[in-house]
Amino acid sequence: MFPELNNLLNTTPEGAEQGKLTLLCDAKTDGSFLVHHFLSFYLKANCKVCFVALVQSFSHYNMVGQKLGVSLTTARERGQLVVLEGLKSAVDIFFRPQEEPHPLQFLREANAGDLQPLYAFVRDALEPVDCGEAAWRCPVLLVDDLSVLLSLGVGPVAVLDFVHYCRATVCREWKGNVVALVHDSGDAEDEESDVLLNGLSHQSHLILRAEGLATGFCKDVHGQLRILWRRPLQPTTPRDRSLTYQYKIQDKSIFCCEPSSEPYSL
Amino acid sequence: RLTPSEGLARPPPPPTDNCPNGSFRPSHDSVEWEGRSLLKALVKKSALCGEQVHVLGCEVSEEEFREGFDSSINNRLVYHDLFRDPLSWSKPGKALPGGPLEALRALDKRTGSGPATIALDSLSWLLHHLPCPILCQTLHALSRQDSCPGDTLPGEQVRVLGLLHEELHGPGPLGALSSLAQTEVTLSGTMGQASAHILYRRPRQRPTLQTQWFSILPDFSLELQVEPLLESQPPSDLHTPSVDPTTHLTFNLHLSKKEREAKDSLTLPFQFSSEKQQALLRPGLGQATSHIFYEPDAYDDLDQEDPDDDLDV
Repeated sequence: MFPELNNLLNTTPEGAEQGKLTLLCDAKTDGSFLVHHFLSFYLKANCKVCFVALVQSFSHYNMVGQKLGVSLTTARERGQLVVLEGLKSAVDIFFRPQEEPHPLQFLREANAGDLQPLYAFVRDALEPVDCGEAAWRCPVLLVDDLSVLLSLGVGPVAVLDFVHYCRATVCREWKGNVVALVHDSGDAEDEESDVLLNGLSHQSHLILRAEGLATGFCKDVHGQLRILWRRPLQPTTPRDRSLTYQYKIQDKSIFCCEPSSEPYSL
Repeated sequence: RLTPSEGLARPPPPPTDNCPNGSFRPSHDSVEWEGRSLLKALVKKSALCGEQVHVLGCEVSEEEFREGFDSSINNRLVYHDLFRDPLSWSKPGKALPGGPLEALRALDKRTGSGPATIALDSLSWLLHHLPCPILCQTLHALSRQDSCPGDTLPGEQVRVLGLLHEELHGPGPLGALSSLAQTEVTLSGTMGQASAHILYRRPRQRPTLQTQWFSILPDFSLELQVEPLLESQPPSDLHTPSVDPTTHLTFNLHLSKKEREAKDSLTLPFQFSSEKQQALLRPGLGQATSHIFYEPDAYDDLDQEDPDDDLDV
């Protein structure tokens, strides 16, 4: 995890809040560093993590995780981490009997219906079990990323329903957390992506938005990070509880600073 | 200096006044200006008036909705939970029987006697899961708009409040819901202060638009406010103190009045005025300021003849 991000969010693995939906969003840049951060953060916080990894292979996440101080292989072996490796399972689905339910069942169907099988997978992975062993701190669902589901033919309302159920079960019932990445295509024509992003924003407690600089690529500043605290609704909380920082990702750390008024020169 | 107009200072009319039979009031919100606190504030107001309040909760849990209300309000609030299992995915099922549509229609039967308020949290969720025409018909029936004025007793008035996230829907569904509404409230704000743009549609009258600035207190009481003064807005970027660049100069940027007059009256050398012309043509006595003295030496050939004599000009 990036300790600098923890400072910005005013949190630590030991003192992480529970029962929250955090939305990660990227526009004109790659926000996957946020996924790696939260994955290592919650593993270090001793949480039970279900990682729906649809974009990269397990070994990729493991490699980055090692740079950030966690071993996904070890976490998986001791039962702390459950991974749905989308790239691998998407192929498996065509070579197994149809009767067995599969989390990515919608890939087999002509009309990608709902994501109930995926929700069932998450629920089974994170359901607290009372068997006397060392209890994990709280369940956490991490999804990389939800926009992939749109491009696989799932409708935005179906994705919102999936997140709704995860929120109702993981956040509300089990006092755990949900973290999901979604892309902002910035394309005004892409209504589905807009509905998904706005719908998730309304459901979220915390939104982290990584944006490319308006002036384009820069060697010293990789982008801008906007942090918006939305819920719970404390009417005394000031409306604009949002912060903006510029960041540069280094090998094992991230450097953040307040936006400068000086224009950057290449 | 801004003074509150009468429209702003007057609190919103008591709920039963401008809605003879029933009314439907959607509140439009956005990600930046959320509307749930206003919905809760209106729910609280209705409960304090002695009405029974039915909340169809689709987006937040019952505990989260009830948070911030004291027991007197919670006792009058009936929460119909569509949040936990709206689509019957759970086993054993915790869903309300019949799904979202039946849950919505059932509200009509529950609000039997006495004035009641129905709060829909949210209309956006219902619009995503029910066909728009069916939702509109059900809302129409729910707010009892299809009954004649004489049929409904004053005690049976039903007010329907709905929360709608504007960015999630196209103009068609938004327009359809707007056409059903007696009052439409759109939330926005500036400088951290929330405002509500309220559109009233009264029968046989022109729609009126009013803007009301407000804030919601921790106990979900609604406090109306005057429009924030523009002068109080701090400048957006005050990073460097402004420095007057004209101080400490080694040259003079300004002219005094006398200097300006002298400058204006000066004739520039290349300006050819009639006075100059006269001066050149007729050099006056005493104007010749230079003389040329020539001392011929031995080798000079002084010829007094005019060298141009032989020119045929």
